[in-house]
Amino acid sequence: MIAELGLAALWLAAALAALQLAGGALAQRGETPLQPLVRPAAILQGLLAGFAFVMLLWVFAVTDLSVKLVAANSHSLKPMIFKIAGAWGNHEGSMLLWVTVMALAGGLIALIERRLPERTMQATLAAQGFVALGFYAFLLFSSNPFERLPVPAPEGLGLNPLLQDIGLAFHPPTLYIGYVGLSVAFSFAVGALLTRQVTPEFARVMRPWVLGAWVFLTIGITAGSYWAYYELGWGGWWFWDPVENASLMPWLAATALLHSASVLAARDALRAWTIMLGVVAFSMSMVGTFLVRSGVLTSVHAFAVDPERGSFILALLALYIGGALLVFALRAGSVSEGQRFAALSREGALVFNNVMLSAILGIVLLGTLYPLLTEAFDVRVSVGPPYFNPASAIFAIPMLLVMAVGPLLRWRGDKFERISVPVAITVAIVVTVALIIGVATAPGLLPLLGLAISIGLAVASFWPLKGRRLTRVPLATWGMVIAHFGIAIALFGMASEGAFTKERLIALAPGGSTEIAGWQVTLEGVDPVAGPNWTALEGHLLAARDGGEPVRLDPQARNFWAPPQETTESALLTRWDGQLYAVLGDRASDGRWQLRLWWKPFVTLIWYGGLLVALGGVLAIIGRVLSDLKRRRIRVLAAERRSEQAMGAVS
Amino acid sequence: MSALKAKHQRLVLIVIALLVLVAAGLLAAWSLRNQANYFYLPSQMAENPPETGQAVRLGGMVEQGSLETMPDGVTIAFVVTDQDEARVPVRYRGIVPDLFVEGSGVVAEGALAADGIFEATNLLAKHDENYVPRELQEMDQHQAAKMAEETTVGIE
Amino acid sequence: MIRWQVWVPLALFSAFLGVAGYQLSQPKDEFIHSTMIGKPLPQFDLPPAMEGVDGAATTNFQDGKPRLLNIWASWCLPCIAEAPHLETLKQQGVEIIGVAIRDRPEDVAAFLERNGNPYSRIGSDAVSAIQFEIGSSGVPETFVIDGKGVIRYQHIGDIRESDVPMLLEKLREAGE
Repeated sequence: MIAELGLAALWLAAALAALQLAGGALAQRGETPLQPLVRPAAILQGLLAGFAFVMLLWVFAVTDLSVKLVAANSHSLKPMIFKIAGAWGNHEGSMLLWVTVMALAGGLIALIERRLPERTMQATLAAQGFVALGFYAFLLFSSNPFERLPVPAPEGLGLNPLLQDIGLAFHPPTLYIGYVGLSVAFSFAVGALLTRQVTPEFARVMRPWVLGAWVFLTIGITAGSYWAYYELGWGGWWFWDPVENASLMPWLAATALLHSASVLAARDALRAWTIMLGVVAFSMSMVGTFLVRSGVLTSVHAFAVDPERGSFILALLALYIGGALLVFALRAGSVSEGQRFAALSREGALVFNNVMLSAILGIVLLGTLYPLLTEAFDVRVSVGPPYFNPASAIFAIPMLLVMAVGPLLRWRGDKFERISVPVAITVAIVVTVALIIGVATAPGLLPLLGLAISIGLAVASFWPLKGRRLTRVPLATWGMVIAHFGIAIALFGMASEGAFTKERLIALAPGGSTEIAGWQVTLEGVDPVAGPNWTALEGHLLAARDGGEPVRLDPQARNFWAPPQETTESALLTRWDGQLYAVLGDRASDGRWQLRLWWKPFVTLIWYGGLLVALGGVLAIIGRVLSDLKRRRIRVLAAERRSEQAMGAVS
Repeated sequence: MSALKAKHQRLVLIVIALLVLVAAGLLAAWSLRNQANYFYLPSQMAENPPETGQAVRLGGMVEQGSLETMPDGVTIAFVVTDQDEARVPVRYRGIVPDLFVEGSGVVAEGALAADGIFEATNLLAKHDENYVPRELQEMDQHQAAKMAEETTVGIE
Repeated sequence: MIRWQVWVPLALFSAFLGVAGYQLSQPKDEFIHSTMIGKPLPQFDLPPAMEGVDGAATTNFQDGKPRLLNIWASWCLPCIAEAPHLETLKQQGVEIIGVAIRDRPEDVAAFLERNGNPYSRIGSDAVSAIQFEIGSSGVPETFVIDGKGVIRYQHIGDIRESDVPMLLEKLREAGE
């Protein structure tokens, strides 16, 4: 019953999406019989999709084994939190989450957004309905999450044990909200293009949405990186895996879009470019989804793949992205480019940032797609860090340097003399740090540059606050300062991890000990332990630093059943200046146990930096929304005053 | 630049942006040619070995009885073979993946060392019952046949 | 002036679509067919998978009567789906010898409790060794073995209702 309710809600929502598309499209031709229905349809569609998703959570929570998806992905013995998370830990459920977020976002803009011309809004909602419609079709015809089994299964198949992890339970939803939040930017861009209303007002309306999606993407990528770091037990935090790249590419595009939207909002320049990025950002979300779900690329986090699904997503890609790019090509000529600016100006710096981000995006995209291309010629290759790291650094380094001084520049045009002092100080910091570290430790070139630039950037990110009363600085500026500082912090963590990590691989008998980076690590013993749905061998380590108090570490090698799979649970010991990371391996024939230990200085700064970036984004959203509300209040008050005067004149 | 007309300025911007993006594309293409990890089967590696030190992937079956652990307890040596009887000795220092056993498929990432032994930096084993790396499917059947013909290993 | 730049993104995107579409159209046969067809069964002798059943060994297949060798597991969903059809085969007088892959006795018992037991013997293979020997890459798989212990046919995936007559035919051929 519950499953059927969910399915019915999906069908209704799809019908409403079609209504939204028809009404919005007719409004473009000046026929407005359906126009009053478009906004309510969008709102109701959001509520229905949300309802369907709650129904899916319900059948997972009660482990209804007559539903195929539950039988294939859940198990009655699983802890409740993983039963719920199992709802989106699979293809069908995650696609339902995707359309739910999309429908809710569409409903929200229909509910609150009143600033744009009504025709543009209608076109935007029509575009949003059109995109949602394709995904409803995908769900209903090819990946129905509510499908029943002819005979209820006696027991579920469990969930991939690698995915039984609390961090991972909340990782996909976060990324999805980010991915799909960009669909709003896409719809706005298409709407503005169709009605030729590419104005600063449009950028202001779109910006909070882009910021919101971007914040979620930032958090999602940060959390995903941390998950891979402690769950895979390989000691790395980024593997350039197709799935990781699929989340990075929309982030790069959204970051560029954020900055170009700022130029459009403040200075009415970069119109066509901003529209283009709006289309590209969501394209990257869809391309990423396609690559992960179609199985054309092999990845370590593979979902069950299926060429039929791939074809469906590819068809949706062709329809939406191809269509949007076609509209862009036909209409971009009629969008004039807007205000001019000098090369040395805030706009100039932002354009530089945009071009560099686009270049990195291109590098990552090409590297991710290259195996796909060569396989067409029957050559099998894989592309890894040796390509991605240097190729993206070539563009990231100049971008980071400009990022340090860009916010100091004035709009329209500036003189170099005005900012020469902060620039000189920043350059001095970078050079000094590079020299000190280079002479003292001689790390690789990229980590060295990373360390030097991150320290320079950390200092420089606070320049925009110089000489201002801190209480008077707008929230959005604080957001920028904190986000840029977060980038510096994360970069420092990455570079430090790359330059100073110590690794020790050793076989120890119980009682034996080893030394790594000032830590004395002793293996006390290895015991079997059992969890709710796994058994494990747990190593007991004692780690003491420079003769200090010993601390316990318990890495495990876990065996899950249903389905059988083995995972590594690394043990982490965090100190202010780094992390000790331990993995238990196999037992050698002579009774010794393999241990892999790493000391990673300041590695946690990678994720703290990521969170700071997200915090900056949140502050920027709050700042923008508050100032918008203030502006609206002033307008309303002025209107009231005018009407009062008119009333007074009458009486 | 401020002296430029709007139209010209836009053209300059587009040209610069395109130049950078084309440069990025060329750089990507060039370094992909050098940095992409080619996939080798043992027979291909025997016929046409990659340059020493070039990162490649080697896929095949872990030969029965070839796996040995060095005295340090963490270095292992084994032999990867395929249906064409080619054998490539592999050295790996580290913790092996859970499903790495003799007679099963493996993909080793690494490079040929000067002594002709393949120095693996990472091993990928079969992930679960129903998954075989696509690169290995071709070989699996032949290998299984050959192994079954040759080995009469009792199963514990 | 022809504004060619605005078409660049569309052209690039079309190129991507072409490659991706081509890749998708390449049939990826996820099934890996055994090359052991027509060859004798490899030697194995497996312990019982649970209390109260017999284990399975190569010698069980060499008394002149064709049989089915069914490779399954209690943790495998398609195995549940094929259970009724194995029961049908059993009622038609087919002897089915099972091998439980990487399983535990209590799980095997619970599975048979729920889905019935069509097997005359069930061996336990804790390390998937037999799968490798016989060229089976997943569960469930079913092999037709003739009376001399030669593998005659491999069925990959769960047995559907429509496969039952076909398997009976294969068994009949194997008996000739």
